[in-house]
Amino acid sequence: MNNFSYIKVSDAKQAIAELNGDIRNKAVAGGTNINDLLKYFVTKADKLVDINPIQEFNSIIRLDDGGVRLGALHTNADTAYDPIIEERYPLLSKAILAGASAQIRNMATNGGNLMQRTRCYYFYDISTPCNKRDPGSGCSAISGYNRIHAILGQSENCIAVFPSDMCVALAALNAQVNISGPNGERKLPFANFHRLPSETPHLDNNLIHGEVITSIDLPAEGFAENYSYLKLRDRSSYSFALVSVASAFELEQGTIKNARIALGGVAHKPWRVLEAEDFLKQKEPTRENFSQAAKIILNGAFGYEHNNFKIELAHRAIIRNCLMALYPESQRPGAKPSR
Amino acid sequence: MDSTQTHGINLSINSSDYHLQILPWVTLLDVLRERIGLTGTKKGCDHGQCGACTVLVDGKRILSCLTLAVMKDGAAITTIEGIANGEKLHPIQQAFIDHDAFQCGYCTPGQICSAVGMLQEAKARNREEIKELMSGNLCRCGASRGIVNAVMQVMEGGSNE
Repeated sequence: MNNFSYIKVSDAKQAIAELNGDIRNKAVAGGTNINDLLKYFVTKADKLVDINPIQEFNSIIRLDDGGVRLGALHTNADTAYDPIIEERYPLLSKAILAGASAQIRNMATNGGNLMQRTRCYYFYDISTPCNKRDPGSGCSAISGYNRIHAILGQSENCIAVFPSDMCVALAALNAQVNISGPNGERKLPFANFHRLPSETPHLDNNLIHGEVITSIDLPAEGFAENYSYLKLRDRSSYSFALVSVASAFELEQGTIKNARIALGGVAHKPWRVLEAEDFLKQKEPTRENFSQAAKIILNGAFGYEHNNFKIELAHRAIIRNCLMALYPESQRPGAKPSR
Repeated sequence: MDSTQTHGINLSINSSDYHLQILPWVTLLDVLRERIGLTGTKKGCDHGQCGACTVLVDGKRILSCLTLAVMKDGAAITTIEGIANGEKLHPIQQAFIDHDAFQCGYCTPGQICSAVGMLQEAKARNREEIKELMSGNLCRCGASRGIVNAVMQVMEGGSNE
């Protein structure tokens, strides 16, 4: 790590002022990603601003509209095992528990989960070009080993994927990110929080320097009746997704009233295609209809030398996970949803 | 900004109190091993991928390699050296011996601290769930089956003290 200074802050105002002081002042909460990035010199900091003492960011509260507010500093483990989340938002609970390890979930925070960086090997290896780490230097993954990389929404500048599981569920649930900054407070729909790489792959999301995530709001509808999270990866636990799918449905007399399908591991942000969800409305929940929805979601997908398999894998994972969400008895060994 | 400024922190480590002057970028793992001399906690990957550095902070299992010591001012740390009760082994330690749950032993301190933390969390109910909730601790010798057996023995024995 480079040498940096350190300050603890106890309220949001102080955090914003400290961060705003210099572009190389960085917020730290759980530290599971930023401390690792500092060790690899992928990130450098002049000052770490420790926001952990900010009590108002560390809670889960019920909202008047029936929704739930997740504090940015609440840990991933405490969120996943919270009785309200387990009961009303089991898709979120399962997605969180499909990610990382128990130790990391004990440390990592909800806000930090949104802020984590890609695990692209070239991003981590400072001896190689990477437009995300060093804008303008090039992308090593496009012509390199790209097994874990994007098949949707990528650009000629960057084919990295966003690695979170939790955020796939938050995207499916239409969460909202609450932000505080030098110019006051603002809210972003989850779909507008993370960015596609386009010409600016160094920007993972739309948070401006000096701003902090204060909390994440879940709408009242948690799809607790019909949901499933499926994560496909190179080992059965403690590994990032090659493809993951969050599926959630509301049914009315056997037909689909409301559908949500979000993919992880395939793009620079959790991937949702509203056209596919609209297609499923008023339809029977059949394999054929889910296959058609998968085609819509994967329209325009393309791979590289080592990740072409993800297109067919994603297609099959969507069908399987949607069926598992509606027919739990179809969860045969090896095809169980991820916990 | 003077980056070389140290910070005074208090840590309770295995029930002994320490006051330390710490530079901001020093990890809890390095403090335990290099400053306190508790070398039971191992540096495996140093990047949060292997679990060898697992310790309990305020009763919760965490990775000391990804933890900056300066951020844990006031915390109570338990390392492998603090798991036994005097000369009496913790049931998990005894179960690791009973089930031959290690070969080279390098991952063992982290495995044991992680297992103790997992039992306190009380989320694992069966073999499959133990495997899932212990997946942050890698054993490259292949003792994983013995490790799961050891944890099962303590769970079925109904004691996590």
